[in-house]
Amino acid sequence: MTKRVFNADSVPVLALGYRFQWEPMQDCYVLLYPEGMVKLNPAAGEILKRISEKKQTVSELIAELKVAFDGADLDDDVYQFLEEAHGNDWIRAE
Amino acid sequence: MATTGSEQNKAPGSTGGALGMNVRDAIRQPLWLLAELTYACPLQCPYCSNPMDFAKIKSELTTEEWIDVFKQARAMGATQLGLSGGEPLARPDIIELIRAARDLGFYTNLITSGIGLDSSKAIAFKEAGLDHIQVSFQASSEDLNNLIAGTDAFQHKIEMAKAVKAAGYPMVLCFVTHRQNIDKIDEILDLAINLDADYVELATTQYYGWAMHNRDQLLPLKEQLVRAERIAHEYQEQQKGNMKIYYVVPDYYEDRPKACMNGWGNVFLTVTPDGTALPCHAARELPGMTLPNVRDTSVKEIWEDSNDFNRFRGFDWMKEPCRSCDEKVKDFGGCRCQAYMLTGDPAAADPVCSKSPNRHVVDEAIERGRRESEKPIEVAKPLVFRNPKNSKQISGF
Repeated sequence: MTKRVFNADSVPVLALGYRFQWEPMQDCYVLLYPEGMVKLNPAAGEILKRISEKKQTVSELIAELKVAFDGADLDDDVYQFLEEAHGNDWIRAE
Repeated sequence: MATTGSEQNKAPGSTGGALGMNVRDAIRQPLWLLAELTYACPLQCPYCSNPMDFAKIKSELTTEEWIDVFKQARAMGATQLGLSGGEPLARPDIIELIRAARDLGFYTNLITSGIGLDSSKAIAFKEAGLDHIQVSFQASSEDLNNLIAGTDAFQHKIEMAKAVKAAGYPMVLCFVTHRQNIDKIDEILDLAINLDADYVELATTQYYGWAMHNRDQLLPLKEQLVRAERIAHEYQEQQKGNMKIYYVVPDYYEDRPKACMNGWGNVFLTVTPDGTALPCHAARELPGMTLPNVRDTSVKEIWEDSNDFNRFRGFDWMKEPCRSCDEKVKDFGGCRCQAYMLTGDPAAADPVCSKSPNRHVVDEAIERGRRESEKPIEVAKPLVFRNPKNSKQISGF
């Protein structure tokens, strides 16, 4: 297991050159980057939407998601996603 | 909550994961618009993919016409826009085109030699919404770069690569590799590291247009590739998490063809300087094309209904060995333009494939390249540089 990049106080931001937007024709959120595109599933979209909209810590991000998703227990999922997204070079930690 | 769901979709000509797709039952939307804004170019690269007779094209689309094409393609769902050429910076309206494209929601890629760029322009383009500038290099050292590009461009390119990064873009460098520079791959990658590049594409020369004309001088030797691949992988390993290196083996040395354009008329749309719409930038040279033009036909009509875009869609057009091959869903029979150039039949299997009865044509080309490489420099065929004079002379107009 590689070392975790994110903790409660780290601030995830989109990597240089990455852009997040809603694509009506795809009916999903996407990440655009030099000469490529990633289609996001709804969960990934909700997390990256918040990351692209404002700088906040992981704990603030999770708190916001809990409000949006009726207090669901999603801490582990968010951390797992952040590590995966980092592994794909979509985001970095500030 | 489920985690990452994603479908990667790299552009044709670049080297990332291919779009995972199944047997198509409906026409998909275009995702990629390659806008070849102009054939004007200060460089004369002998591996240029522009058609040999580019100098014939006089009437470029206007600013308004281009923006209208952007609007139409965007409405159909295209997300990536390549601003290319020729040299796109030769268009005086480039900043207007960038702004319009970004306002429409495109991810805007400027594919440039860096000639005509300066720091203030890089910043102004950023403010207009440009997402990404790809600077192409011909080789790692000044002499070779200038020889291949037919001009003194190297120092300026270095400066521009730095300016791009300073302006807040990722630094994306593209080195087109071929027999004359592939042995310098370590120098090329060291240069990229020194420049602090974010992405490096070691783009193998594709043999269309001018590159096809110069193939005997450009096709690398097998032993060169073995070495280059080893070195590229070493650097990939070493630069993990730092600089992304894309490296692809030239298809002549593969035994299965590339999934050209991710399938004909599937995701990719090229519009040439005069408004001709093509399923790929080399397709103008195929026989029997109707060459629809955005000046008189809507992009939607061209994409959905034109003979050209439907001609090699799906699998019905295929002949053996492709028709009954279970790999056809992966590679779509390879490249139509390459099939035509090397076999005379655009519906034949791409002869790169070891199942093709024409594979020997590719092997003979490799062998011809080797024989040419063994000749002393005085008697070897000279490279033919891409310029209007040669265009007119070779194409006979």
